[in-house]
Amino acid sequence: MPDTQHADSVGLVCPQFRHFDTPLALDCGVTLPSYDLCYETYGELNAARDNAVLVCHALSGDAHAAGFHDPEQRKPGWWDNCIGPGKPLDTRRFFVVCSNNLGGCNGSTGPLSVRPGTTHRYGPDFPFVTVRDWVQSQARLADALGIERWAAVMGGSLGGMQVLQWAIDFPDRVRHAIVIAAAPRLSTQNIAFNEVARQAIRSDPDFHDGHYADHGVVPERGLRLARMLGHITYLSDDVLHSRFGRELKEGKIQFNFGVEFQIESYLRYQGESFVNRFDANTYLLMTKSLDYFDPAADFEGDLTRAVSRCTARFLVMSFSSDWRFSPKRSREIVRALLDNDLDVSYVDIESALGHDSFLLPIPQYHKVLGAYFSRIEVGA
Amino acid sequence: MNGRHLRPEQALIADWITSGSRVLDLGCGDGALLAALATQKGVTGYGIEIDPDNIVTCIERGVNVLHSDLDAGLSEFDAHSFDFVIMTQTIQAIWRPDAIIDEMLRIGREVIVTFPNMGHWKCRAQILLGRMPVTRHLPNTWYDTPNIHMCTINDFEELCAAKHLEVLERATVDSSHRADLGMRLLPNLLAEIAVYRIKRRG
Repeated sequence: MPDTQHADSVGLVCPQFRHFDTPLALDCGVTLPSYDLCYETYGELNAARDNAVLVCHALSGDAHAAGFHDPEQRKPGWWDNCIGPGKPLDTRRFFVVCSNNLGGCNGSTGPLSVRPGTTHRYGPDFPFVTVRDWVQSQARLADALGIERWAAVMGGSLGGMQVLQWAIDFPDRVRHAIVIAAAPRLSTQNIAFNEVARQAIRSDPDFHDGHYADHGVVPERGLRLARMLGHITYLSDDVLHSRFGRELKEGKIQFNFGVEFQIESYLRYQGESFVNRFDANTYLLMTKSLDYFDPAADFEGDLTRAVSRCTARFLVMSFSSDWRFSPKRSREIVRALLDNDLDVSYVDIESALGHDSFLLPIPQYHKVLGAYFSRIEVGA
Repeated sequence: MNGRHLRPEQALIADWITSGSRVLDLGCGDGALLAALATQKGVTGYGIEIDPDNIVTCIERGVNVLHSDLDAGLSEFDAHSFDFVIMTQTIQAIWRPDAIIDEMLRIGREVIVTFPNMGHWKCRAQILLGRMPVTRHLPNTWYDTPNIHMCTINDFEELCAAKHLEVLERATVDSSHRADLGMRLLPNLLAEIAVYRIKRRG
């Protein structure tokens, strides 16, 4: 049984839901008549309401960033090592909010939700959502929670891109922007990987053009493949080698297509566990929103102009062995901020663990985060 | 200027910097100079640093710090984007000191450089005795030193002349921040640290 009572854990937490009746006009041209956001909070909002930190999740994340939903839960929330009393994002000082993005499959309105006025789920008809749409929807959540201005908005990977979008779209509502392991937009190679993942799902005979629920099936094979591919890009060649090497499960080559190498076993396990917790339509939507993310697009591709209205102070971080969103991509963001004379610190963390590093408790990484949060002033 | 946390030559630099200016500090260490300049002179800008512990200290101090290797170049910075570009006791560890001075002069209106003077009598004495110098300011041995381009005050003057640079101010200090008569008369022999403020002519 996990130690939900440990002093540095936020302990037992409960997901909350907020319904929004005001229609939301999405970038794709469709208007969502109403929607729900699932979110969790840790810590207390202070009287000055100036200690709220928004945490943005990555591709397959959700609102459950820290703590436990029940005492039997095996693993805590996805960023538990970073959020809690005495942790880098210290819940004794800060009020932390994390919401599941629109189009998600973990509580917020998405393909699994019933379409208003019908008895059917959205399924593949859920509209395309963009990072900007997510920011708009979260701004309404902030309004509902009485948060005029975030002390900080923070996220890694896709979540880091969302932080950047927040700082651009709502300059007055973000004091500090913490952008981790992100990029100003995807590279051609990134999009290529996403497309292979999507094709794996869409070509699964059980996909049924996204109407798999009506057929009582799940495109398990496709989802599994998509996740396996993703996992290769989350880790570095070095860490794959040191963790699995060319180690054979049975000790010698079997001349068959079963699981022979340890890495095959690992990838299959990762794929398998994903099938049980993630919706295929959501995965397709999330990868698309990654591909579409490009805040510079409205400024003739000029990121410097795109961030010119930002007023937040920035902390940009990357990881040395991350090849999915490499340090070079973070430096593009830094460069644009420097061009505007904005306050920014940039730290590249030495790590062999690849893109996944942003979720891991690497001492130097957490030291930097802790130091940065310690400087953020909050009222009583 | 309260120089409680500053090294002698940093305190001197702080006096040279005009209030409200934009400063880039190359090899900013623990950010002490930038932090002091920010609180006391309203200076804004960035430090560049490579040491992980120093970076954490900079962030704790609220100093904008950019994790970067100076030898990888300064192409991220536009021409004339700073009033001052500073480098304290770092130039001797740079792969190409002449190239970085060009870069600093491209980015900044004025450049301030400090370096340990290899012409100091203690260094000369050790070389005369047949050994590479090890001093308070140059504590490393020859095989593990980051300082790969040592120079004397005379050498630096010669570089400035060759590059047609204008020396706006020059100062020397010893470890106790004294600049006595002897040091003014024979800086290359008696000064441990040299401090230069330079710009391009014209």
